[in-house]
Amino acid sequence: MMKNKPDEEDYWNSSKFKAFTFDDEDDEFSRLKESKQAVNSIRSLVEEEDDEDEVEKVSWSGEPVGSISWSVRETAASNQKTQREHAFPKINASSPSVSRSHSGYSLSSLFKGKTKPGNFQPFTDSLSESSVKLYAPELRKPKSESKDYISDWSPEETIHRMQQGKVVSLERFRSLQDKLLLLDFSVRAHDGNIITAVLIHLKRTLSKEVLFRELESRQTALRHFIHYLTEIRDHRLLLELLRALGRTEDAALLQYKEHLNIEDESKRRDFLKSCLNLPFSPEESAHVQDHYTLLERQIIIEATDRLAEHAGKVEIFQKFPRRASILNMPLITTLYYCCFYHYNEPEGTYSSPLNIRHTFRISEKQYFVTVLAARAKLKAWSDLDALFTSRNWLGFTKKKSPLSFHRVVDILQKNSAPTQVLQEYVGLVDDADLRIGLAQKHKCHDIVINTYRDLKDRQLLLGYRGKVERGSAEERKINDLLDSPHIRWKN
Amino acid sequence: MAHSGRRDSPELPDFSLLKRLARDQLIYLLEQLPGKKDLFIEADLMSPLDRIANVSTLKQHEVDKLYKVEYKPIISTSDQVCFLIRPRIQTVKWICDVANADKAAGKFRRYKIIFTPQKFYACEAVLEEQGLFGDVTTDEWAFYLLPLDDDIISLELPEFFRDNFLAGDQRWVRTVGSALHLLHSIYGPFSKIYGIGRCAKMAYESWKEQVEEGDTKARQAEIGNAFLIDRDVDYITPLCSQVVYEGLVDDIFRIKCGCVEFGHDVTSSDKSVKVMLNSQDKVFSEIRNEHFSNVFSFLSQKARNLQTAYDKRRGMDIKQMKTFVSEELKGLKQEHRLLSLHIGACESIMKKKTKQDFQELLKTEHSLLEGFEIRECISFIEEHINRQVSMIESLRLLCLLSITENGLLPKDFRALKAQYLQSYGVDHLLTFANLRQLGLLVEQQPGETLTVMESKVGKLVNDKTAGKLTDAFSSLAKKSHFRALSRKLNLVPKSDEEYDLRVPRDMAYIFSGAYIPLSCKLIEQVLERDSWTGLEEVTKLLNGHEFAFTGSNGADLRAKSDAQRIILVMFLGGCTFSEISALRFLGRERGYKFIVVTTAITNSSRLIEALLGNKV
Repeated sequence: MMKNKPDEEDYWNSSKFKAFTFDDEDDEFSRLKESKQAVNSIRSLVEEEDDEDEVEKVSWSGEPVGSISWSVRETAASNQKTQREHAFPKINASSPSVSRSHSGYSLSSLFKGKTKPGNFQPFTDSLSESSVKLYAPELRKPKSESKDYISDWSPEETIHRMQQGKVVSLERFRSLQDKLLLLDFSVRAHDGNIITAVLIHLKRTLSKEVLFRELESRQTALRHFIHYLTEIRDHRLLLELLRALGRTEDAALLQYKEHLNIEDESKRRDFLKSCLNLPFSPEESAHVQDHYTLLERQIIIEATDRLAEHAGKVEIFQKFPRRASILNMPLITTLYYCCFYHYNEPEGTYSSPLNIRHTFRISEKQYFVTVLAARAKLKAWSDLDALFTSRNWLGFTKKKSPLSFHRVVDILQKNSAPTQVLQEYVGLVDDADLRIGLAQKHKCHDIVINTYRDLKDRQLLLGYRGKVERGSAEERKINDLLDSPHIRWKN
Repeated sequence: MAHSGRRDSPELPDFSLLKRLARDQLIYLLEQLPGKKDLFIEADLMSPLDRIANVSTLKQHEVDKLYKVEYKPIISTSDQVCFLIRPRIQTVKWICDVANADKAAGKFRRYKIIFTPQKFYACEAVLEEQGLFGDVTTDEWAFYLLPLDDDIISLELPEFFRDNFLAGDQRWVRTVGSALHLLHSIYGPFSKIYGIGRCAKMAYESWKEQVEEGDTKARQAEIGNAFLIDRDVDYITPLCSQVVYEGLVDDIFRIKCGCVEFGHDVTSSDKSVKVMLNSQDKVFSEIRNEHFSNVFSFLSQKARNLQTAYDKRRGMDIKQMKTFVSEELKGLKQEHRLLSLHIGACESIMKKKTKQDFQELLKTEHSLLEGFEIRECISFIEEHINRQVSMIESLRLLCLLSITENGLLPKDFRALKAQYLQSYGVDHLLTFANLRQLGLLVEQQPGETLTVMESKVGKLVNDKTAGKLTDAFSSLAKKSHFRALSRKLNLVPKSDEEYDLRVPRDMAYIFSGAYIPLSCKLIEQVLERDSWTGLEEVTKLLNGHEFAFTGSNGADLRAKSDAQRIILVMFLGGCTFSEISALRFLGRERGYKFIVVTTAITNSSRLIEALLGNKV
């Protein structure tokens, strides 16, 4: 839709989209603000007339007093109280229970067909008769109570009865053929509940080898079995199954997943080390290796930094106390942390950002983004200057970035960089329109003024004069330019 | 919205009956347990339960105290405890721990588990293994369907998606069949039933079997046709950012069981408010289906009207004032409250969206849908990952890229995956494995790029030219199914035409005019043709599993009743509010009324979160 309009401003302002933008400068938004003001102006009026209980009633609250969620919270609160006071004799902290009403509103009596006389209107009145027939028998006899006489049902009939929730015995099916018939009929019935029930029976009565062998050719049953083993957390059997099926990569991943259950970081590290020998694909293997190396380093960095912080001798830890431990954080978070606390360390140390960059093959762009964010947070603008500066063979310096400069500006602005800093990077944005837009947004007046001057656009400059502060240096500069006899304005 | 569509849309059936049925059955189950009892409720059942019953209902049936299931030792002093839970092995294991701890302490209690909507053998097997079968009794509460609104019914089973599509576990198929059976028995018989997807087909068969088991009488139908659709038929739609008001509110604040909690940034006070979002909210019902850009003008108009209504008080005499207070004031106050909430919500949405460069994000999504400037999209996603912007968003964009492009080039796939793991943690290896299994995020296989045509051409010319041709083709050959589907069904409207979001002309308006949701387009096409005929190529691209059956009930189906224009659409694996808005639009245009039944309401975050692998 924007083939002809590559510019995003154009795209959003194209007639197709009716100039709707998610920009706070937008007209619609200001209209929203107006309507808010309008509503707010009435608010005082409404509130003075509000009576409290009215508000409660009107509230479509999901948890009005008397709702279940509300009551559960109340019980929890009262229990906390009783727990705290449990040295005292126990007092029943529960709310007074409403005694059972004897009004005959009982459904059991209804379903037994002897509705007591009274003003009770049975709910079935509004139901057509057939639906009563349909549901009443279901209610009359909870399935757990129905005990049917077990006779010689075939595997197919057995599956059918199981689906209806009737009690059956699977013990009778002792030959492999019968067991597999049960399984195949359950799969044919598309009822996962029954498939799993049969599988539980097969697991109990068949050796692993036979069961695995038969499951291999039955994909639906196999997936149910894998899911069942996952749910009961029988990882050992699941691993055996996956290996027997030759699904070594799945088995490796499953084993790797175990690390999530290990709280202690040293144990976790050792476990990850043991994962390095698992049959991962070469690509995955590299990732797991990285995971291990990263945790190993995090443990070292964490120990050192915790000491340094406690000793209170390193300034940066005093100025910006660490909010959380670096253990088990992603690589980029770790890099950010090291850019924040260990930026100027020589590459030889584990916590040096450069060392991390090389060890984990971090891309140039990723590295820049992270350094930028961390140093901007510390307002270390000179570091940024150095980061972006490169020198060519003649010794001239030039600002370069693997990230477009308008992104750089965006990140800086989010870290509340001062205007002078922003100005420098806004000036580096190549695209003139984008540059002007950013300069206006971030009030980099010099850039706007100089660009208009270069465009020899008197009208725009005149217009911009209205936007700068009265009596400011910018206003004087604009006036000087407008009065200048050396510029040949184009309008 | 100014509706240009037909005005004679039929009345919707009354679904509050479903709530009453569920409540009455729960009461019956509680009465089976005479005497005082404490009730433990599973956390995700509390909101659904709140919609159909309240504390006094439970108290009337001798429920003493209510607790949330928290997988901790319990502190109840009651000698009778009842657990109201979903049939999950972990919950049953916890109950076994509780009962066995009591046994060890020599405490005697009666235990009852009420599974809803049904029990599973695997859960009972746990009771048996723990030596508690019989000590702990079980029952089923057939609470299948919760009406969330006049036209939305939810099974409230978010786990359906992961169980069915990722794990390949069909445990919920019969549940869905039973839910359909319930609707069919009360509001049917359906005259026609269409569907697409493996699970839809199985659910249909399960339903049919249940129909054949029971005896059904002819009845005046309230629902005409039904359409079942699997979520995996269309992953694109739920992965897109929502820009229709209700969808946007869900994306940002998360609507839970028809209720949203607005924080203090919305209420501009120190407390948060829970608000029911449904057709009873007069302000909400007018803006829920609107593109976000229209919501402002609507709200400001409303605000002005409200002010005028209040201003009427000026110059009133006592008597007039009295009538004003008794007749109008309450309504005005209510409206005022709702209006200021929605204005607050809009403001908060704007703030959040401006901060996260929503505009660029949407631009990227639209480019992906159109298959245009893919390189730019990839670098946008890459930067998103580099800057550690939301872990879920990054995955969502990667998935969109993969599905629209029919997989990523191996070089791109490796680079993006490596950077993703660096930014969000290596343990997401497990997430990538899940996404690959589902086909949501895959690498293009070298063989796939060879098309039939290409190999034919290759045979006709000598080897050297064939090599060149292959090169030329390999760029062309990456036509994914989505691209083909999009062309066949015109999912991406022509870009050179103007799209006025105020007067939408098709369902694309829910995505700013950039894309018509595939799921809804399929429904539209099948209803229009009254069959799948003519859509063979489309269904082939969607891996088949489509079906259409005519009801075999004795009722007079030819009756030109309104019910024939009431269409039940069942989403297996979840549907989004945007899809519901699109169907409402389609309904207005064609004189239908859609009833959306879904296993749960979903959106991109819920979908992706269900597939994360780095959880214990």
